[in-house]
Amino acid sequence: MTVDKNAVKKIARLARIQVSDEKAELLSADLGNILNWIEQLEEVDTTGVEPLASVNEHALPWREDIVTDGNITEQVLKNSPEVAGDFFVVPKVVE
Amino acid sequence: MSDLLKMTAAQALSSLSKKQISSVELTTAYIEAMEATHELNNYVTSTTELAKQMALDADKARADGNAGRLAGLPIGVKDLFCTKNVMTTACSSILNGFVPTYESTVTSRLWESGGVMLGKLNCDEFAMGSSNETSVFGPAINPWSARDGEALSAGGSSGGSASAVAAGAALMSVGTDTGGSIRQPAAFCGVVGLKPTYGRCSRWGVVAFASSLDQAGPFTRDVEDSALIFSVMAGHDAKDSTSASMSVPDFSEAINSGVEGMRIGIPGEYQMDEMDNEISDLWRQGRKWLEQAGATMVDISLPHTKYALACYYIIAPAEASSNLARYDGVRYGNRIEAETLDLMYEATRASGFGEEVQRRILIGTYALSAGYYDAYYLKAQQVRRLIKQDFDTAFSDVDAILTPTTPSAAFSLGKPVTDPITMYLNDVFTVPANLAGLPGISVPAGLSKQGLPLGLQVLAAPFREDRLFSVARTIELQAQFSLAPARAAGELQ
Amino acid sequence: MSAFVQGRTGDWEIVIGMEVHAQVVSNSKLFSGSSAVFGASPNYHVSLVDAAMPGMLPVINTECIRQAVITGLGLNAQINKYSVFDRKNYFYADLPQGYQISQFKHPIVGEGEVQIELADASTHIIGIERLHLEQDAGKSLHDQHPSKSYIDLNRSGVALMEIVSKPEMHSAEQAAAYIKKLRSILRYLGTCDGNMEEGSLRADVNVSVRKPGEPLGTRTETKNLNSVRFIMQTIDYEVQRQIELIEDGGVVVQETRLFDTTTGMTRTMRGKEDAHDYRYFPDPDLLPLKFDDAFIADLKKDMPELPDQIKSRMVQEYGLSSYDANVLTEEKETAAFYELASDGRDRKLTANWMSVELFGALNKAGLELSSSPVSPMQLGDLVDLISDGSISGKIAKEVFADMFETGKNAKQIVEEKGLKQVSDEGSIITMIDDVMASNQDKVDEYRSGKEKLFGFFVGQVMKASQGQANPGMVNQILKEKLKG
Repeated sequence: MTVDKNAVKKIARLARIQVSDEKAELLSADLGNILNWIEQLEEVDTTGVEPLASVNEHALPWREDIVTDGNITEQVLKNSPEVAGDFFVVPKVVE
Repeated sequence: MSDLLKMTAAQALSSLSKKQISSVELTTAYIEAMEATHELNNYVTSTTELAKQMALDADKARADGNAGRLAGLPIGVKDLFCTKNVMTTACSSILNGFVPTYESTVTSRLWESGGVMLGKLNCDEFAMGSSNETSVFGPAINPWSARDGEALSAGGSSGGSASAVAAGAALMSVGTDTGGSIRQPAAFCGVVGLKPTYGRCSRWGVVAFASSLDQAGPFTRDVEDSALIFSVMAGHDAKDSTSASMSVPDFSEAINSGVEGMRIGIPGEYQMDEMDNEISDLWRQGRKWLEQAGATMVDISLPHTKYALACYYIIAPAEASSNLARYDGVRYGNRIEAETLDLMYEATRASGFGEEVQRRILIGTYALSAGYYDAYYLKAQQVRRLIKQDFDTAFSDVDAILTPTTPSAAFSLGKPVTDPITMYLNDVFTVPANLAGLPGISVPAGLSKQGLPLGLQVLAAPFREDRLFSVARTIELQAQFSLAPARAAGELQ
Repeated sequence: MSAFVQGRTGDWEIVIGMEVHAQVVSNSKLFSGSSAVFGASPNYHVSLVDAAMPGMLPVINTECIRQAVITGLGLNAQINKYSVFDRKNYFYADLPQGYQISQFKHPIVGEGEVQIELADASTHIIGIERLHLEQDAGKSLHDQHPSKSYIDLNRSGVALMEIVSKPEMHSAEQAAAYIKKLRSILRYLGTCDGNMEEGSLRADVNVSVRKPGEPLGTRTETKNLNSVRFIMQTIDYEVQRQIELIEDGGVVVQETRLFDTTTGMTRTMRGKEDAHDYRYFPDPDLLPLKFDDAFIADLKKDMPELPDQIKSRMVQEYGLSSYDANVLTEEKETAAFYELASDGRDRKLTANWMSVELFGALNKAGLELSSSPVSPMQLGDLVDLISDGSISGKIAKEVFADMFETGKNAKQIVEEKGLKQVSDEGSIITMIDDVMASNQDKVDEYRSGKEKLFGFFVGQVMKASQGQANPGMVNQILKEKLKG
């Protein structure tokens, strides 16, 4: 498996991580190596094997429909790098 | 008083209840030890004032007859647990300055039982690493030194948690284990590390790495202490949908029940070519001890073991790539200002995450992306089922499985890692238990030729931590391992 | 078929599919305990879970599961006893987790259907592809600051049902009928309040065009339409645009578009130039959602009657016209009002009074049925007075106008104003005799064959009775008397 520079940039873009051309080059080799190593999984015959997402065997617990939370605006905003009034603030988004 | 730091938690509790010592004295001794071992870089945040107050409270509660199960015992906490009003960073620059307004369920239980918080312990960034070197604070250092005196890794990711307990800078500590992050550093530092069954300890309030694998667990001086603190940490939490609703048994009987009549599996696949000879020898020794104690050793096969690492290095990064999406510079942590929202995200995350974290996010993103999902993520999930089935089959025949914890003793710090896969190989024996959700314990069992601690790992079926304690205690009694690292706080040396 | 649109190069067929986001009626959010109520100061109905603080975990709300299943039953849909919550990964300012918890491969509800009726009384079945549960996002405000957007997470984590239709609609009218009917069903079920203005119900509309018989054309998706009118405008605009584009030799680009409410036009959504790759995978913080047949049966037992069922009952049992039944069942409140008002009395007469007089008056006054000054019981009493001959239909209109204005009961008005109909044969005969006596010349003319004078006599008698004489009796007796 090779992951070329453009592929690295595409993934980095999906993951919202800025990657310079130089770094993309390094990562291309890195990721290629790791993926090559991972490809040993192809040796395993998984025909008809149900994928396992969680080892949990118990049922998903259901919560009662009661309001038990909220009204903690101060806590919610406390760690934010930028706040105006009771809003979080980000660079302007154009739709 | 001279041996305050030498006491196990059980011994300390006994002295506390007999009023031979107070928690304030005990805590003060540990605070001094924290300072004395400062160079080991175990603590990233010390909460000494809080600790003193908690110790006073614990002494008062004891005087009033309200002492909890851990009343007055000084405990360190991996910096992955959110702690109310105490900075929590996951040892990442992206969470620099983050002060939670809430306390994780596991640490809440510790403090409600009278535990005393010493501070936050160093770890690999977002628990991604096996040497503690990806921490933004630099690595935690192993209090053990090789004969040549080189600084050694405490292991990872919970390196600080293991090192602090070994160095006498914490009586006990808590960490998390996603692929071996408790057991491997425990083995490197010569302490007992328990990774409970997935679902035993609530994940609420613990910074997530890989949600289907993460599990909190304790570091202790011995097996008895492990059972003690584990029984406080564990239990159902309605705030975690993956938390198991079954009750936590009393382990005091299991600790002393021995292994007479037990069937213990030895998986042939764990005998690996690249493994150090002394590890093989230790494993053989372990078998002998258990046999002598009345257990029957059974050769078993876990045929998919060799694929566990590759499987893990798809599943964990895939989940991590999504779990770490919330670190976007909007609601907490560091932000790098930029003109547009997307540029702000990209700059913030590029500067806030370290290299290994970025690498794993990218691998995970790739494995989940269109066109690759089936070949990587789905394939890994299928292999994960096969790995679990191997264990299911094994545990229909045996009560526990014995393996080495790590393929080698602690390695030197500072050797540049050119190939990430070499580092990943550290987790070869520990990762399968995470994939299968099994409980595992690492117990110190001997020293390498270099004089470094080596650990043996015991695995059991889900929710059978009692068997881990029986087997591990048996090994502990036979091994007579003595915790004597060169760089520990004064009295422990 | 209205399905075809005339272009320069011939007929075009329109193909429309809709993804409707309906906010689930519940007290708290889908995965957290904060309130799902609309309207509060910014970031007030927000928990640490909704703000995606480190280490926070989702726990599902029982009510949202029930509401999704009830809705599925109301859409005659397949209920999936096994479903899975997936993470849909993308970055956006109002998506704090960096992913939306949704259902991708295994939705809670599968295929179903909705029946619509158009103005020409034709009925059509529109297929439902699936319904799944997912989290709503927060809200970005772009107009508060020249270079910043403000984020409010009050909506973040509120439960939505995404209801996906099959691409089986072929005109704006059908699409409008579909969304109206869907809204009506949700409101009858009580699973969504259907308030489009507040955004509790909004639609993404997929539109494509093709030459009849050809494969499906490339579609565009116009997002977040929150009124029936906007949906219709979007379709009209997109159809026009796409046909012109193709006929001019261009190609339709598959893309997300936004509707501009001021111009009535759609435009490409900016900032969405990246191909989306949502990287769905099962949320490891949750487990598969499972329930048994008994759970479904329990919900089925308490299902309310739906508009289609009520309508057919009204036509078959009450003898109403299909049109009247439609009008009376479109809104849950209307049907309930009608059932109450018409209970135990002339159903057709009540329907008539409701759809003509009451709706007319409400319309004129700009009032909703919920704030009608005339209650169902009051309307029913009025109908009774007509049925038992106490007042004539004409008088009843006068009484109704008074009721609507004052809120008084019909009986009270009739008594106060002395409007009770005269049905006493003796007094009617006396009045007729008086009228005939003072119009002997007309009586003679009538008897010599000028029978159209009959109306004149009726008018005179009614006038003499000040409109209160029972018109049926007047007719009958007058006819006998004039025969001589």
